[in-house]
Amino acid sequence: MDPNFLEFEQPIAELQAKIEELRFVTDDSDINITEEIATLQNKVETLTQSIFSKLTPWQISQLARHPNRPYALDYIDRVFEDFEFLHGDRCYADDAPMVGGIGRLDGKPVMVIGQQKGRDTKEKIKRNFGMPRPEGYRKAMRLMRLAEKFKLPLITLVDTPGAYPGIGAEERGQSEAIARNLYVLAELKTPIISTITGEGGSGGALAIAVGDRINMLQYATYSVISPEGCASILWKSADKAPQAAEALGITAERLKELELIDNIIPEPLGGAHRDPEQMAATLREQLIEDIDRLQSIGIDKLLDQRYQKLMNYGAYSEN
Amino acid sequence: MSWFEKLLPSIRTSGSDDKKNVPEGLWAKCDKCDAIIYRAELERNLDVCTKCDHHMRIPARRRLEHFLDEEGRSEIAPDLESSDPLKFKDHKKYKDRLSAAQKATGEKDALIVIKGSVKGVDLVAAAFEFRFMGGSMGSVVGEKFVRAVNTALEHNIPLVCFSASGGARMQEALISLLQMAKTSAALTRLSRRGLPFISVLTDPTMGGVSASFAMLGDIHIAEPGALIGFAGPRVIEQTVREQLPEGFQRSEFLLEHGAIDMIIDRREMRDRIASLCAMMTHQPAP
Repeated sequence: MDPNFLEFEQPIAELQAKIEELRFVTDDSDINITEEIATLQNKVETLTQSIFSKLTPWQISQLARHPNRPYALDYIDRVFEDFEFLHGDRCYADDAPMVGGIGRLDGKPVMVIGQQKGRDTKEKIKRNFGMPRPEGYRKAMRLMRLAEKFKLPLITLVDTPGAYPGIGAEERGQSEAIARNLYVLAELKTPIISTITGEGGSGGALAIAVGDRINMLQYATYSVISPEGCASILWKSADKAPQAAEALGITAERLKELELIDNIIPEPLGGAHRDPEQMAATLREQLIEDIDRLQSIGIDKLLDQRYQKLMNYGAYSEN
Repeated sequence: MSWFEKLLPSIRTSGSDDKKNVPEGLWAKCDKCDAIIYRAELERNLDVCTKCDHHMRIPARRRLEHFLDEEGRSEIAPDLESSDPLKFKDHKKYKDRLSAAQKATGEKDALIVIKGSVKGVDLVAAAFEFRFMGGSMGSVVGEKFVRAVNTALEHNIPLVCFSASGGARMQEALISLLQMAKTSAALTRLSRRGLPFISVLTDPTMGGVSASFAMLGDIHIAEPGALIGFAGPRVIEQTVREQLPEGFQRSEFLLEHGAIDMIIDRREMRDRIASLCAMMTHQPAP
C-alpha cells in the first residue's frame, strides 16, 4: 500500500503507479507514451473526483488527520507577512503544540493563534501530538488579550485531537485554562475568525474556536469526542468508529446544515495536502474577506452578535 | 489488624448476598466504609455517611430542597426538553435513553434551577441530577444554566451552581460541546453586573462541565472527596501509562494545587454560602 494514499484512495494510487512506470520506460520505446500518460492523468483526475464526491464521515476524518495535512505553521508561513512568533504563558512554560504571534495579512496587522502537530517522530513529541497543556491555553489567552489591547483582529487555526490528558495538566488546571479562554473569547473586544483546519477535537479545540466567524476546511472535522472514543463508550468497541463518525455528524457539510458553523472553505482536489500552496491561497482570500466584513461592523454590535450567536446554540422544546 | 478484623472477611457476606440482605429502600450502604445505615437517618444527614462522613451522591431536587429556604421558591424553565436534532442512535436511540432517564429520575433533564433564598439571602440555585445520563450537558442543561444567569441578572441576586456531571452529552454531538461556550459566555454578563457566581463542585465534576462554567466561579467550593477534573482518571492512566498519585483529582488535591478556594461539608453548605453571598452583596449577616 502506498503510504501517500489512504485506503479508500488505493485505486488512485494504482493508476498513479502505472503513470510512473510509463514515465520510466519513455526513453527506450517508440510508441507514443506521452499521449498514453495524458489519458491516464485524466483518468486519475476523474477517479479522484468520483471518489471524493462521495466520502463518508469516517473517510473525511482520516483526511482531517492525514499525516501530510498542512498544519498551522505551514499556513502561517504562506498566509502572513512579517510574522513574529510570541512565546510563553508568563507563568510556567512555552507549550509547543500552541503557536502564535503577530503578522500582517494583506498589509494589515493581525494576531494569530494556532495548534501545531508534528510531522516526524521527534517533532510529534515536541508538539505533544498537537495536544496543548494548560500553559498552551494560557499562552493563547495572553495573545487574545494582546489582540484586544492593540485592536488586532484575532485569527485562530484549530487542529488538535484534544487538550492533553496528563497528570501535570490536571495539576495545573487544564479545566480552568480551557474555561477561561471560553470566557475571554466571548467578551474579547476585537473581531475573531476561527478556522478548523484539521481535527477539531472537543474542548481542546473549542478553547480557541469561539468567534464571530467559524470556518471549516472542506475535509476538516469538529466533534465533541473522537469517533473512536465515542464508539468505545457507546458501542463498546473502537471498531465501530465509522458508525460513530456518521452519528456524530463531524463533517463541515453536516455542521453547516445544523448551522453550527458559518462557512466551508473548499480544498484542492484530493485534499489540502495535495496542494498546500493552493489551500493556503484560498484560506488567505477567505480571511481577508472575513476581516473586511467584520471590521465594518461596530465593535459593540459585533459583540452583541457574537453573544446572540452563542446563545442560539441548542435544540430544545418548551411545552 | 485486630483479631476481630482478621475474622471479618469470613463473616462478611459477598457482594451479591449483601444486596439480598439489605431490603431495597429501608437500608443504605456507605460506598466507602460499607456501613449499613437506616435510609431515613442517612437522608436526614443529607446523604453523608453517619459513620465515616463520606459524601454520597444526592439527588438534585433533594439537595435544593435542603439548601433553600422553604418559602418563596420558584422553579425556572422546568419544561425544557431536548429535541434530539441529530436523531442520534447508537445501539439505543437517544430518544429512548432520554425517556428512560426521565422515568428513572422524574426529571426532564439533568439540571434543576430554582430561584429562592438561603437564610433570607435571595439567590438562584442550580443543581445537576447525576442520575440523569451522568449529569451530562446538552442543549437543555446549557439553556437552563443561561436562564439561571438571566434570572439572577433580572433580580440582581447571586447564582450558586452545584455541579455533578460526567461532561458533555455525546448524543448531542457538537451541540453539546458548544454549550460550554454558551454557558461561559453568559457568565460574562453576570460578572459585568458585579453579581457573585459560586460554583460548588460535587462528585463527580468532569470534562465539559468542569472545563466551562464550573471552573469560572468567583468562589470555588468542593464537597469532601469529590472527583473533579478535565480528563477521566482512566483516560489519563492509558495516556501516560503511569500509576496516578494517591488522591489524584480529588477535592483535597485540587485545594492543594490552588484550583479551589475551600472544601465544605454538605451539612454546613447552607450557612456558609448564605454568609458568603451576604458579604459579597453587602447585606447584613444572615
